[in-house]
Amino acid sequence: MNEFMAVLRRDIKLAAAQGGGLGMAIGFFLIVVSLIPFGVGPDLNLLARVAPGILWIALLLSVLLSLDRLFQADYEDGSLEHLVVGRAPLEFIIVAKVLAHWITTGVPLIMATPILGFFLNLEPDAFGILVLTMLIGTPALNFVGAAGAALTVGIRRGGLLLSLIVLPLYVPILVFGVSAVQSSMLGPDGSMQTMMILAAFTLASAALAPIAAAAALRANLR
Amino acid sequence: MKLSADKLCCARGGRPVVSELSFSLSSGDGMMLSGPNGSGKTTLLRAIAGFGEITGGELHLDSLKDTDELSQACLYIGHHNAIKPQLSVQENIDFWASFGGGDVAAALASFSLEPIKDVPASMLSAGQRRRVGLSRLALAKRPVWLLDEPATSLDKASTKTLSQLMQSYLDEGGILIAASHTDFDITLNKNLVLGDQGTAL
Repeated sequence: MNEFMAVLRRDIKLAAAQGGGLGMAIGFFLIVVSLIPFGVGPDLNLLARVAPGILWIALLLSVLLSLDRLFQADYEDGSLEHLVVGRAPLEFIIVAKVLAHWITTGVPLIMATPILGFFLNLEPDAFGILVLTMLIGTPALNFVGAAGAALTVGIRRGGLLLSLIVLPLYVPILVFGVSAVQSSMLGPDGSMQTMMILAAFTLASAALAPIAAAAALRANLR
Repeated sequence: MKLSADKLCCARGGRPVVSELSFSLSSGDGMMLSGPNGSGKTTLLRAIAGFGEITGGELHLDSLKDTDELSQACLYIGHHNAIKPQLSVQENIDFWASFGGGDVAAALASFSLEPIKDVPASMLSAGQRRRVGLSRLALAKRPVWLLDEPATSLDKASTKTLSQLMQSYLDEGGILIAASHTDFDITLNKNLVLGDQGTAL
């Protein structure tokens, strides 16, 4: 547990000291979302209808943007070798790193979502449910992405390959995330089931992705 | 304590590099690993440390054979210093102390890092960075040290400090394997020379 907290604290501190990664992710999120009205035209009804989908897609692209550095810095400076053979299982350490990454990029991105919702004429009633589905669903994005990041850690400019590996796996999370918001627009309680499925994705990925990521990291060190 | 290898074969990225090495080291033994570039010194050290690839033969530390337990008994200092440039010297050592245990004050004192402890690691020179990396030797007590070119970019005084640290570690009964082209002030009592094909000469 000491090792878990040590890595969690260090990664949060590093993200705060560096700053660049988070600013970039939020800036990217903002620009992608604000491009949409220019592309589809000022049809407010149309924008309101596609808003949840666009916000989710922009969010998962922003998360992906910062994911390729998740293990890369540790790999390059030699820290990873020591994390791999530490007393705590590597799988735990990976959970700590993913959690730190979610806290430092996922949560701020989610907090920015309601503001961007205004750009897209999203109904104010839907803001709460949108933020809630994102809080439930985005950890799955980080966990699945971590497995991809571990696979591509040894490759220079592995970001593109990471997208090819990870984006198809994001499809179910995207489908249920968006449909939870849309069904809440139709009436109360409409989104409960989809939220549960989203939570199941997050829990399953939190259980399975660290095992895959640990195996990939070990193989990359050989 | 006894570290022994019996016909150990190691690979790097699936390519066999070291073949059929046998040696045996007991408490207080230091082994100098030498050989031309590419002869498999690093590959061997990484394999013992637990993140290399052992393809054949056996490696034992006393009764420990399981790689996880064996690798936790080893302290590996490789080519990279495992330092985060955004953090200060002290913060870097603090992290490794909270991760693997150990005494931060002793680590800072070992390579006289106190004067630069608040300096961000990104501002350090290569030699200073190496000293921060090596200060981990004083941090956690491990029965086996694996040092890969430990004296790279160190000045004379720091090389001497390193030699003293190695000597006192051996006196306390540690087991040490060092791959180096630099001459230390101390002589290690065993030698293993690797040839071009990763076999012992």
